[in-house]
Amino acid sequence: MSVASHLELLEAEAIHIIREVAAEFANPVMLYSIGKDSQAMVRLAQKAFAPAKLPFPLLHIDTTWKFREMYAFRDRFTAEQGLELKVHRNLEALQKGINPFDHGSQQYTHALKTQGLLQALAQGQYDAAFGGARRDEEKSRAKERIFSFRDRFGQWDPKRQRPELWNLYNAKIAKGESIRAFPLSNWTELDVWEYLEREKVPVVPLYFSAVRPVVVRDGQLIMVDDERMRLAPGEQVQQRKVRFRTLGCYPLSGAIESSATSLREIIDELKSSRHSERQGRLIDHDEEGSMELKKREGYF
Amino acid sequence: MDVDLLRFVVVGSVDDGKSTLIGRLLYEAQALHDDHLSQVKRASKQGGPIDFSLFTDGLKAEREQGITIDVAYRHFATARRRFIVADTPGHVQYTRNMATGASTADVGVILVDARLGVLPQTRRHASLAALLGIPHLAVVINKMDLAAFAEPIYRTFEKELIDFTAKLGFYRVTFFPVSATQGDNVVEKSARTPWFEGKPLLEFLETVEIARPQEAAPLRLPVQTVIRSGLDFRGFAGAIASGSLRVGQQVAVLPSGKKSKVTAIDAAGHQVMEATTPRSVTVQLADQVDVSRGDVLVPLESPTPLSRRLDAMLVWMDETPLDPSREYLVKHTTRTATGRIARVQWKTNHETLEQVPAERLELNDIGRVTLECPRGLLADRYAQNRATGAFIVIDPLSRATAAAGMVVELDAAPQGEQLRPITADEREARLGHRALALSVPPAIAPWLERELFDRGLNVVSVASLAAALACERAGLIALWPTPEPVPAIPAIDAKASRDEALGLVLKLLAAPRKA
Ligand SMILES: Nc1nc2c(ncn2[C@@H]2O[C@H](COP(=O)(O)OP(=O)(O)O)[C@@H](O)[C@H]2O)c(=O)[nH]1
Repeated sequence: MSVASHLELLEAEAIHIIREVAAEFANPVMLYSIGKDSQAMVRLAQKAFAPAKLPFPLLHIDTTWKFREMYAFRDRFTAEQGLELKVHRNLEALQKGINPFDHGSQQYTHALKTQGLLQALAQGQYDAAFGGARRDEEKSRAKERIFSFRDRFGQWDPKRQRPELWNLYNAKIAKGESIRAFPLSNWTELDVWEYLEREKVPVVPLYFSAVRPVVVRDGQLIMVDDERMRLAPGEQVQQRKVRFRTLGCYPLSGAIESSATSLREIIDELKSSRHSERQGRLIDHDEEGSMELKKREGYF
Repeated sequence: MDVDLLRFVVVGSVDDGKSTLIGRLLYEAQALHDDHLSQVKRASKQGGPIDFSLFTDGLKAEREQGITIDVAYRHFATARRRFIVADTPGHVQYTRNMATGASTADVGVILVDARLGVLPQTRRHASLAALLGIPHLAVVINKMDLAAFAEPIYRTFEKELIDFTAKLGFYRVTFFPVSATQGDNVVEKSARTPWFEGKPLLEFLETVEIARPQEAAPLRLPVQTVIRSGLDFRGFAGAIASGSLRVGQQVAVLPSGKKSKVTAIDAAGHQVMEATTPRSVTVQLADQVDVSRGDVLVPLESPTPLSRRLDAMLVWMDETPLDPSREYLVKHTTRTATGRIARVQWKTNHETLEQVPAERLELNDIGRVTLECPRGLLADRYAQNRATGAFIVIDPLSRATAAAGMVVELDAAPQGEQLRPITADEREARLGHRALALSVPPAIAPWLERELFDRGLNVVSVASLAAALACERAGLIALWPTPEPVPAIPAIDAKASRDEALGLVLKLLAAPRKA
């Protein structure tokens, strides 16, 4: 009997989680951020229900500040795969003109991501939302449950989280409450890349190195993705060979200098690199324990 | 890049060096990133060595602030294996966390402070690891640098724990003389313990044979969901809890007992001839048998009977103590059933680990109970099957996970035993109100029925006295619209207004039921 590899075990566990949520909740939705973790999660969901279609839609919380290539990829990928995609924007915040330049990453993230997400979940009356978060991403995630409970306001109360034993998930909730489910909890960044390579899952080309226009800002390489980018006095647009380890809103995503142009090269680079992927995410640097705080407010 | 995956749990009392040990393992396996590393170097004492415990300080900060004391999971990999570490605080009151971390562990690592030796909590941790079925126990005698790396000290504790664990049923117990701060026998064999014949801890974790008794156990495939596609496709999806499944194999679907043959197996997108636990699969059967979530596919040769009454060990995890008169939800594989914990046989004394009589279980208590599930569970003994012998108990009111359970004995009661008749009290507890039969004036009956129903009551209009009495026996509120009341049941006067009628019904419901 062949021993299952770690990827097969992680895959089997993730599929089990996805099926449990689909079976136990009335109206689940899968958060789709267009990033590599979402790509892996969607592929796992497709496998969980093949040959049938996904029994839930994908939901993209759109801040309007994603990279142009992300939007193009999203539309192409979901159309090709026949996936039902819902897009939500916090129109109120956009009308108020909230943007990543004038409002600081905290206020901006709260309005367009956290609030946007809570609005979308309430409007869709979703009782379960899948997210692609992993426990290895950040300190406060290490103790996150696979089924993470949220109260009627979508907020996370550390005291009300339930112990999780074996693979028996308690899915009982009261009306108005919901859960976030994390099928990739036990995956590392490396696992995700290896899985995407093994399964030949497409990813946004921004993960691969190319010459791109960037400016150096607070020690980070920020890409000038469209004309809305504001340059500070003295900032020079440079052409550099860069790629992204995590993707989000372009003004808040730091690029790394790299020559990796394939999944294999990304994996090799990752194995020799010693920087955590969140270094490129400006939103975590705001304050110590910021992720914990955001989670309590309802962020993923 | 095909490596396998080992899950282990690390337990110790406060200050035994658990954070330092885990931090060092992560550091040595290069699972820590430079930015994290420089953060910790900055936080470590000026010019001093790295304080490894800072890498996993998440839980500590919480402990100090008095909030969530919880299980944290960390990940690292070496060239040989991928590891998932469950980091659990080891206080007496944290039995719950250790049970959580231990439930999926292949190895339990227990820390002993070389200056303090084997303490009651060490025995408690070892017992709990055994109860949750962890196959391998690794005992780290830590802070050997403070005990001059003296062999006699190590041997004393080793002997003491070998004796203690002999009865606990571990597959193997392995010992390590360690200094977590200085690194002795963590990754490299230490020159300061020439008398130690074993491997360093990391090498042990990399090479220990992962005991997967689940693989050799008979097939159990609890169905999570039924997948339909097009006109013909019907697949039964689930994670194989134990054993393996082949195309062509004859299976029985429990509890119905219907038989069929496996015609195709999809394992995560690949058509395979055979699949083994813990793979997630979708199975097609030759016949149009009725299968739904909660059913279990088993080999035709060895069907398991439903158990309605079983003995189990419970780890109570909720602030609200166990109440034997209440009904709970029991989630077992993919089936959630109602059940009662009819009797607490005994519980474990935390200090002495002796069995003591108990009426109920409280937070962090461990005890043996009799569980009654009227619809039955397709369970195995936990010692034989960690997947189908495990269940969780859910409080139906708070929805909290109240306990973790491990089946010890199936059908604890002798066969043919008299079933306990269902009492009116039990029905009342289930439905949330007492039963009632009454006659009402036909003019207001429809209104009254709707009004009561909308208040969440289980009410029904019936056409005869006999029907009213039958429904009352079933625990319902039965309204019999009739112009001619009879003395057998209460009546609402023909002249009563709607509000008066409603008031009377609510008053009757509030009054205690006559025996
Ligand atoms: N001398 C010595 N001190 C140790 C050793 N392991 C841990 N310590 C110290 O013991 C204290 C508690 O360690 P820590 O890892 O925080 O313990 P935890 O509470 O079990 O996580 C710290 O001051 C450590 O530096 C060891 O092997 N030798």
